Amino acid sequence: MPNRYTHTAISLHWLIALLIFAAFPLGVYMHDLPLSPDKLRLYSYHKWIGVTIFMLAIIRLVWRATHRPPPLPANMPKWERFAAESVHHLLYALLFLIPLSGWLMSSAKGFQTVWFGVLPLPDLLGKNKELGDLLQKVHELLNFSLLGLVLGHAGAALKHHFIRHDTILERMLPFLRRNS
Amino acid sequence: MRIILLALSCLLSQPALAANYSTLVPQQSSVTFVSTQMGVPVEGEFRKFNATITLDPDHPERGTARINIDLASIDTGNQEANEEVVKPLWFDAAAHPVASFTSTAVKPLGQGRYAAFGKLTIKGKTLDTQAVFNIEKQPGQLLLPGSFKLKRLDYAIGSGIWSDTSAVADEVQIRFRFVVAKP
Repeated sequence: MPNRYTHTAISLHWLIALLIFAAFPLGVYMHDLPLSPDKLRLYSYHKWIGVTIFMLAIIRLVWRATHRPPPLPANMPKWERFAAESVHHLLYALLFLIPLSGWLMSSAKGFQTVWFGVLPLPDLLGKNKELGDLLQKVHELLNFSLLGLVLGHAGAALKHHFIRHDTILERMLPFLRRNS
Repeated sequence: MRIILLALSCLLSQPALAANYSTLVPQQSSVTFVSTQMGVPVEGEFRKFNATITLDPDHPERGTARINIDLASIDTGNQEANEEVVKPLWFDAAAHPVASFTSTAVKPLGQGRYAAFGKLTIKGKTLDTQAVFNIEKQPGQLLLPGSFKLKRLDYAIGSGIWSDTSAVADEVQIRFRFVVAKP
């Protein structure tokens, strides 16, 4: 069994990570801007990135379902395995739920999402101000949950690499292969 | 004989007069618009307006209309945008609170469609406009749905930074639906 993720899995992981690192601060920043053409533009970019993440997450889930990931080190305590699996499941869930809540929020606020200004996503909800405000709260809450999970996820990966000196981090890195 | 003719002509002209619909039914009427933001059509509406319309469905070309729209009653669907569009760069609603349309002619286009020509005044500027509408007869009232397009920059609606049409398109579609009853 190769102790490494496939190139496709690695590429999808880091591409999605990169897009989240762009969309998250953009979302926080744009929200407080006074209304301007730039604000409208940033909202659109944010949505386009979100839809892209949603689509990549679908591909990633399909890939994950059809490609078994490398096994965890045999000496990992049970609770750590459980924690790692739980966080991974939650992260996967959020990859879908966050774009979905943003998409629904846009529809409820009466502003359809049109991917790159070309591909319109259907409005699954009608215009409804209260529902739009509620979905905004949900979108924010899910995002700050994501922030917490990502910090835990990255912290655990770094702990494995620098403290445990195992290959957990390396197997997801496109470079840095330690000769062991 | 002359009296009979006179009476007859009075009688004949009576239905024509009675066919005039001129009382606006505000609850069933609406003025909405579709702007395009970042390529996405976004609907909004004007909640307050009044319309003085006189229309005889047998002679629509004699119809007249004067429509006043209270610009501050705009609902873009977004509170932040509602506060923005009444400002001087947009409608300047404090200085020019009303947009008005006054018809000058109505012409049939065929297939139940008509064109209303007239003057549209917004933000102190008056331009010739042409709206297309239908006449739908309902029991005791007429339904007049129609629309027209305007270029917002022709009226300096959204000047300064907002004249950037890649964010908000120049063309805006105005949709109206007036219901008029017999007086």
